[in-house]
Amino acid sequence: MPNAINIALIPLLPFAGFLLLGLFGKKFFGKTAGLIGTALLLVSCLLAFQTAYEYFFVYGKVNGAYQQFVPLQFVWLQFSQSLSIDMGLMIDPISVVMLVVVTFVSLMVHIYSLGYMKGETRFPVYYAFLGLFSFSMLGLVLASNIFQIYIFWELVGVSSFLLIGFYYEKPSAVAASKKAFIVTRFADFGFLIGILILSYCSNTLSFTELIQRLTTPGSAELQTAAGYSFLGISALTWGAALVFIGGAGKSAMFPLHIWLPDAMEGPTPVSALIHAATMVVAGVYLVARLFPVFAITTPEVLEGIGWVGAVSAIIAAVIACTQTDIKRVLAYSTMSQIGYMMFALGVSKYGGEEGLGYTASIFHLFTHAMFKALLFLGAGSVIHYVHSNEMKDMGGLRKFLPVTHITFLIACLAIAGVPPLAGFFSKEEILLAAYQHNQAIYYIALITSGITAFYMFRLYFNIFWSKPHHPHGEHHGEGGFVMTLPLVLLALGALFAGFIPFGTLVSSDGKPLESHFHLSFSIAPVALGLAGIFTAMALYKSQNEKPARISATMGGLYTAAYHKFYIDELYLFITKKILFNLVGRPAAWFDRNVVDGLVNVTGNITLTVSEGIKKMQSGKVQQYGIYVLSAVIVLSVLFIYVW
Amino acid sequence: MMEPGLYHILFISAALFFIGIYGFFTRRNLITMLMSTELILNSVNLNFIAFNKYLWPGKMDGLFFTVFVIAIAAAEAAVGIAIIINLYRSHQSIDVASAEDLKY
Repeated sequence: MPNAINIALIPLLPFAGFLLLGLFGKKFFGKTAGLIGTALLLVSCLLAFQTAYEYFFVYGKVNGAYQQFVPLQFVWLQFSQSLSIDMGLMIDPISVVMLVVVTFVSLMVHIYSLGYMKGETRFPVYYAFLGLFSFSMLGLVLASNIFQIYIFWELVGVSSFLLIGFYYEKPSAVAASKKAFIVTRFADFGFLIGILILSYCSNTLSFTELIQRLTTPGSAELQTAAGYSFLGISALTWGAALVFIGGAGKSAMFPLHIWLPDAMEGPTPVSALIHAATMVVAGVYLVARLFPVFAITTPEVLEGIGWVGAVSAIIAAVIACTQTDIKRVLAYSTMSQIGYMMFALGVSKYGGEEGLGYTASIFHLFTHAMFKALLFLGAGSVIHYVHSNEMKDMGGLRKFLPVTHITFLIACLAIAGVPPLAGFFSKEEILLAAYQHNQAIYYIALITSGITAFYMFRLYFNIFWSKPHHPHGEHHGEGGFVMTLPLVLLALGALFAGFIPFGTLVSSDGKPLESHFHLSFSIAPVALGLAGIFTAMALYKSQNEKPARISATMGGLYTAAYHKFYIDELYLFITKKILFNLVGRPAAWFDRNVVDGLVNVTGNITLTVSEGIKKMQSGKVQQYGIYVLSAVIVLSVLFIYVW
Repeated sequence: MMEPGLYHILFISAALFFIGIYGFFTRRNLITMLMSTELILNSVNLNFIAFNKYLWPGKMDGLFFTVFVIAIAAAEAAVGIAIIINLYRSHQSIDVASAEDLKY
């Protein structure tokens, strides 16, 4: 059986770090704050690996299928006899995989930040925030009921907000953190309503019971729920769709993705942790967590999820080709890859062979965390070296940053899907799942994988080749051991994570899945990927005029993609022109004239009256005496003759 | 010689009361005003005693009230005179008009 204390310690250790560094960091720790945070996370990472090992190989499998365990559960808020909010830990294949991913990437980022953030004045605060984030993300992963996941969902939102706005002297960082918070908060509103609908229909908040009640055909809850509908769509569909909107906001799915590129204002290791490997896949995790409900009860919502994922994947990939800020390229690449995970879930069915997409999605989540965190940390090293995010300030860095160069290349090959690196295997499974269930999405995904290879190598050649680099002034190299070690470890992950037989560990119904590997099937994506790589090589390996000429011939399409398809402008138009003018201004007028008017009238009445009575208070003691005496006389007369 | 009855005492008490009222409203000197309030209070005391004696001879309530009123009058005089002294220190006058600037 799972060891509840060990598992509970995994999120609680980073939380302890947060409290310690947040409260006493500045005063007592200073430079050692990083070491404390890293040490705590190392322990929690080891515990996560131990939990994963024990779950997958010791106790997890009962009767040939991986089971869900709830090793710890207590009632937190009791509403009624049947409804309460519990706090608990849930152990099942996806939460265990996420535990490993989150603690490992977080540990890498902690180590890396020791070098990257050295000398920052708010160094302890930074580590406190990292601890808070790790705690919230691990809590989200381990949540045993839908309300608990919502609490931690908001907590990761807050820590993301704090870390994006870490350089709060920069106005752009402040704006970005606000944007990220507002957009995800807006989506979370949908999530909350979705939670309320689903829990109202199923009369429970716990995942196990909720899934069981909403997926058993003919169960009492399902029959009551079938009676409710709104705008001709059943309540359960609404609930599932709204829950997905929450997930889409957090996972930066089109059209709620606008916050992710701006979130790159945060420190680069933070982007690697939060906006590449862990928090942004929370939406995928949420859909996977409730997967039986989506797949069995509301297949129409699942189909929508598939399309949203596919559209996000290709739009983000096209935009990524035109961006010049390397972190923004990576941000759009992240969005594109999460699109892959989403549509993999979308094309999946529940149970057996049909559930390949589910396995593929979690597999891709795992491998993507490795190579995307690696890409971001590599980009961090580059930015650390040239002090700029812009591609034009880079070029020819391969001799100056050898470790970064090699690891970055590995990550690029992995994300481009070149065999036998990690990305190849997971992407292959996703494409296979899409091919079996939705051909249209399959072709979108195929094109996207070609574009992915192209823009990743455009990035790679622009940073490390292109024009020769002339070092000027003093340079500090790659930032020493603490910054290269995480790169190397993650590169090992990107190299070998693909060989994990994921199908036997994670599947939609817990039963091991035989992975069918068709060599002939992978010819098309690999060929497209290689084509993308060679195109990028031809265009960007050395400085020339070709890219500019091509972008000129593309004309409108290039400009549109460069401006991110004007989605930001569209949002601004909707909010500023339509919402502000049609809702904001009338509401402001009402507030200023009617509400304020009422308050002012009350105030004026008081003022006028008091101005009148003020003269009675003359300061003449004898006048007061007369008031008292006359009042006494009047009252006496009244008492004697009237009553 | 006629024994004085309730009405005589009430008459004296009322006279004392109105003398006090008159003094309170006409004098400008704060100390005289304080004395006038003492007169008012004592007229009330007289009333209490008289009613107690003539209407409920077996009871002590009126006497107790009188004792209370005397105690409170003493306290009031102490506070009042303290105020007057302070007023004199700041305004060099104990005219009631000089206290007018204490309003609001």
